[in-house]
Amino acid sequence: MSVAASNLSREELLALYQRMLLIRRMEEQLARDCAAGKLPGPVHLYVGQEAIAVGVCHHLEDRDWITSTHRGHGHFLAKGGDPARMMAEIYGRADGICGGFGGSMHVADFSKGIIGANGIVGGGIALATGAALAAQLDGDGKVAVAFFGDGAANQGVLMEALNVGALWKLPLILICENNGFSEFSPTATVTAGRIVERARPFGVPALKVDGNDVLAVWQAANQAVRRAREGGGPTLIEAITYRTRGHVEYEVTFITEPYRSEAEVEAWRAKDPIGRFAAYLATHGLAAADELEAIERAVGETVAEAVRVAEASPEPDPASATGHMFANPR
Amino acid sequence: MARKRMIQAMNEAILEEMERDPSIVLFGEDVKASLFGDTRGLWKRFGPDRVRDTPICEALISGMAVGAAAAGRRVICHMMFGNFVYTGMDAIANQAAKLRYMTNGQITLPITFLAVSGGGRSAAAQHSDAVHPVLANLGGIKIVMPGSPADAKGLLKAAIRDDDPVFFLQAAGRGGEPGEVPDEELVIPLGEACIRRPGRDVTLVAIGAMVRPAIKCAEALAGEGIEVEVVDPRTLVPLDLETILASVRRTGRLIVVDEARDTCSSASHIAALAAEHAFDALRAPIRRVTVPDCCIPYAPVLERAVLPGVEHIEAAVRATVGWRRPR
Ligand SMILES: Cc1ncc(C[n+]2csc(CCOP(=O)(O)OP(=O)(O)O)c2C)c(N)n1
Repeated sequence: MSVAASNLSREELLALYQRMLLIRRMEEQLARDCAAGKLPGPVHLYVGQEAIAVGVCHHLEDRDWITSTHRGHGHFLAKGGDPARMMAEIYGRADGICGGFGGSMHVADFSKGIIGANGIVGGGIALATGAALAAQLDGDGKVAVAFFGDGAANQGVLMEALNVGALWKLPLILICENNGFSEFSPTATVTAGRIVERARPFGVPALKVDGNDVLAVWQAANQAVRRAREGGGPTLIEAITYRTRGHVEYEVTFITEPYRSEAEVEAWRAKDPIGRFAAYLATHGLAAADELEAIERAVGETVAEAVRVAEASPEPDPASATGHMFANPR
Repeated sequence: MARKRMIQAMNEAILEEMERDPSIVLFGEDVKASLFGDTRGLWKRFGPDRVRDTPICEALISGMAVGAAAAGRRVICHMMFGNFVYTGMDAIANQAAKLRYMTNGQITLPITFLAVSGGGRSAAAQHSDAVHPVLANLGGIKIVMPGSPADAKGLLKAAIRDDDPVFFLQAAGRGGEPGEVPDEELVIPLGEACIRRPGRDVTLVAIGAMVRPAIKCAEALAGEGIEVEVVDPRTLVPLDLETILASVRRTGRLIVVDEARDTCSSASHIAALAAEHAFDALRAPIRRVTVPDCCIPYAPVLERAVLPGVEHIEAAVRATVGWRRPR
C-alpha cells in the first residue's frame, strides 16, 4: 500500500479516509435502524468494500457518470451524494433524494452524475455504456463508470458491453467488485474462469487489484480514467474484496443454513480497508492520531445530522403516488 | 388436514412431484439456499443433478428451460422475483410461448416457471411488479395465481404435471399465509375457478393476493346485509369464464380486483368478457379495483396508496351495490 501515495497530497489521503469512514458509519447506522425495524424495505450493505467506491470516485467529477447496484450506498456517497438525503430516502421520507419513491436500491442524484443504485443485477452495465456513448458524443472528456458485482459479471450484458465499448472506444470503466458471493452462492460455484480475463478477447485492458487497498484501487482507476478521458476506450478492473455483512440485512431470518464460515468472515475483517488505511497513514507519519479522531468525530456528526434530517422529514403525500410517471402526460 | 404456510405447501408439492417423476429437473438462482423457502431442502434430497444453482443469467435459464423441455425433461425453472421475468423475457416470449405452435405441435414443453409477483413490502419498483398481464398477453403461457395454501399445493402439482409452459406466480409477502392443507394427494386442475364465499348481491372476482382482502371485505359487509360472492379464478390462462359468468348472472353485478396496473390488467380482460357475454344480466357498471398506471413506490404510505386494499374494495362494493340508473 504505497505505490500511489506519492501521487497524493496528505489532504487527499485524508479525504479518502474520511469518505470511506463516512460510508461505514452511515451503514452501521442503517444496520442498527434495520434491526430496530425502522427501515421499511430491504438494505444491502457495502461494509468492507468502501475502498473501491472511494478509490475510483476520487478521480471523477460531478459531470462524470456512475451506475451502481442494489449495494449502492457507498457509490452514492463516494460520488458526492448527500448523506442526509440518502438517509431520508432509505427512511422513506419526502426529503429523500428520490422523494421516498425509490428507497435503498434506487438512490440516485443525476445532478452529481449518479445514475443510481439499481435493483436489476447487471442493469447498470448497459446504462453506463449508454452514458459513455453520450459522453463520447459530448466530446469533452467525460467518462462513465459501471460498478457491478461478480454475480453481475455472469449476465450476458457484460460481454455485450465489452464488445460495443471496445468497438466504439467508449469512455467506459467497468469496475467488478468481486466480494466472494452472488447472494448466497460463493463466487466459484457460479463463475467459471477469472472475471478479469473476460475482457481479453475484446482487446480491452483489464487488471485485477486488491479491492481492500484504497491506494491500489486509486492507482488502477487513475490509469483507466485517464485512458477513457483521452479516447483510449474502456477498461475492466476486477477488485477483490469481501462482503463482511449479510447479502441483505436480516437474512438470518430466512436463510436456514450458513453459506460461509465465521472464520472466513473474521479473516477478512482483519483485512478491513479502513483499518488498513488508518494503519498505513499512521505508520507513514501521514496522519496523527488526533487527526483521525477529528475525522471520526466529524463523520459521526454528519451521520447524526443525517438521522435528524431523515427523522424530521415528513412522509410523502399519498396523493402524489402516481406523480411524475411521464414528463408530458399528454 | 394440517395448517401450513403457503410456501411450505409449495415446497411439499415440488418435493412430491420430484419424487413421483424422476424426469423433473429444477434450476434457478440460489434454489439451494432458497430465498423464499419453496425449494428448501430439495438440493439435499435430490442432489445436484436434479436441483441446480445457476449463475445470475435469466436470459440463459429461461432459454435452457425450453431447451431441456424440448429434449425430454420436465423442468421447474425459478425466476425469483417477477421483475426478473423481464431479464428472461426473450426466451419466455419468443421460445417458450411459440416453439410448439411454430413446429406444428411436434413437441410439448412441460415447464413450470416459478416467481413471486406483486408488492406490499417496500421492495420498490424493480421488485414489485405483478407480471401476470404481460405473461397472459403472450398467448402460449398458462398462468396460475393461488389464493390459499391448499390451492398453492394442488395447483402447483397440476402445473408441474402439465405438458405446457406454466407460470406459477406466488404473491410476494403471502408465502407465510397459513391455511388448512389436506394430507392426502391434492391435484387441482388448471382452469377451474372456485367460489370462496357465496353471496347474492355482487360478484367479486379476486386474483391471487387479492383473495384475502376480498374475503375480509365480504365478511365485513355481511354484517350490513351486503352479500358478496367471492370468486377466485385461480388460473388466468386458461380462464374459467363459465363460473365467473354464472356468478354474474346470479348477482347482476361484477367487480374485479387485480393487483396489476389498470391498463391491460386481467381485471380489464375479465370485465370485457363479462360485458360481452353477460350484458343482459348486469344491473350496474362493472368496476375494476386495480393499481393505477404507475410504478410501485418504496415509501409505505405511497405503496399503500396504490395497492388495492380492503378499503378500496369496500368502496367499490358500496358504489356498485348502491348504483342506480341515472334518470
Ligand atoms: C436481474 C436480477 N436477477 C436476480 C436478482 C436477485 N439478486 C439480487 S442481488 C443478487 C446477487 C448479486 O451478486 P453480485 O452481483 O456479486 O453483487 P453483490 O450482492 O455481491 O454485491 C441477486 C441474484 C436481481 N436483483 N436482478
